[in-house]
Amino acid sequence: MQWKKPPFIANQWLRYGLLVGVVGYLVLGLNSIEVNWIRLWDGLPRGWAFVSGFLTPDFLSRGGDIWEGIVESLTMTLTSTVIGVLISVPIGVGAARNLAPTPVYLVCRSVIALSRSFQEVIIAILFVAMVGFGPLAGFLTLAFATIGFLAKLLAEDIEDIDESQAEAIRATGAGWLQLINYGIQPQVMPRLIGLSLYRLDINFRESAVIGIVGAGGIGATLNTAIDRYEYSSAAAILIIIIGFVLLAEYLSGFIRKKVQ
Amino acid sequence: MPIRDRDGSNIWQRRTSRQQWLSWFGWLLLVSLFIFCWRLMNENTLWMFVQDAPRQVIDITDRMTPPRWSYMERLWKPLWDTLNIATLGTLLGITMAVPVAFLAARNTTPSDRYVRPVAILVIVSSRSINSLIWALLLVSILGPGLLAGIIAIALRSIGFIGKLLYEAIEEIDHSQVEAVLATGASGSQVLDYAIVPQIMPAFAGISVFRWDINIRESTVLGLVGAGGIGLELSHSLNTLAWPQVSLIFIVILGTVVVSEWISARVRHAII
Repeated sequence: MQWKKPPFIANQWLRYGLLVGVVGYLVLGLNSIEVNWIRLWDGLPRGWAFVSGFLTPDFLSRGGDIWEGIVESLTMTLTSTVIGVLISVPIGVGAARNLAPTPVYLVCRSVIALSRSFQEVIIAILFVAMVGFGPLAGFLTLAFATIGFLAKLLAEDIEDIDESQAEAIRATGAGWLQLINYGIQPQVMPRLIGLSLYRLDINFRESAVIGIVGAGGIGATLNTAIDRYEYSSAAAILIIIIGFVLLAEYLSGFIRKKVQ
Repeated sequence: MPIRDRDGSNIWQRRTSRQQWLSWFGWLLLVSLFIFCWRLMNENTLWMFVQDAPRQVIDITDRMTPPRWSYMERLWKPLWDTLNIATLGTLLGITMAVPVAFLAARNTTPSDRYVRPVAILVIVSSRSINSLIWALLLVSILGPGLLAGIIAIALRSIGFIGKLLYEAIEEIDHSQVEAVLATGASGSQVLDYAIVPQIMPAFAGISVFRWDINIRESTVLGLVGAGGIGLELSHSLNTLAWPQVSLIFIVILGTVVVSEWISARVRHAII
């Protein structure tokens, strides 16, 4: 007898059942892809054009458009994060079980669920239909998405606080607002700042996407560049996005470390 | 403890006056930055359109209800396509992400100096670019269809899975590696017997989590032509068929809720 490694899934039936299921699915799934080989072959030079575009990015010939798109994206990101945070604080407080009465709790939780369940792009489509093309629709989308993200995490954080501090404040005869200000806010503030910065980072990334459906920002510029098969401009835009994301990630990490 | 002297009696304060001034100044800076950005952003906004928004909302909701339920029979195929994009994309992403993760982890990379930065760069670029942008690019290169969607999802997944997996690899218990090494095991045997069993639960959890996110993302990939239910959404939007749009929204919502439930159950079972 030789020793053998114990399998990852202990139950034999589950193990082989899963295996059969996966193989069966793969056969079905792979068969449903229809690949147009001729189109694929035609696309190869374009793929190569894109790769070489990355090696020789063209920042200048669409420089004006790129600049406009970046400015729109950045302003959209900042304003939507600020407004989103401002709105999500009361909603987050309302969605914390230990602070809010049940009816308020339920209303706030459903606002959060509504905002979280749809993709930014879908929300953007609706806002573009409402307020027209441009960064304002993007701003509304990102602010709305921020509410779901931040309010949920803030509510969870408030539910996890050290109850004794809140009780100590209550024992001094403090009102509800004073309780929030002196008993709760100091405990959740570092995390709230950290989360807001993280969301700022996410909002910039998303601002690059929602432009595709007409909500302004660098995504619109990128979409135009790809539609015109201007791969060197597209590559330049992608490099700029990656650069900004890296910068935002680094900065927010740095500030979060300082705050916490 | 900051104390202020008022009329000869000491009063407690939360902050010293220096801290107070600093935080006041910080807020002032933020507010002025906000106002500046707001004005810059809305230079070209047509407020006439915006004033019209409440009427548009009523109008669109009116058109969206009731959803056109009979349209459902044409949605099953795109829905199946969407599930395939997400699942096959996740699988493809996993197969590419695993080697990248091993090359990026400090304790398994062949060269800390040359290979690791490249692997990290792959992870970062994949993470910063949304799958919709990947799809946009791939549709223009490969032509519209499921394949572009699958590859787009896979490319975006590399960064996510790669990052979380390499962090898991770096956090393994090193003494187990040493124990296996002490038996005279070769490099690949160490990988097989000491490292892989330790990261397996994390790996399975990460993969299922990403699959769940990919289901969400694949529902909209069709907007740029990469197949799935988003394609139907795009058709319905272009023809202003709002009752169909609302049905598609309901289907997407249902799919997302179910996939989130499955992923939560599986992760719960593993961890």
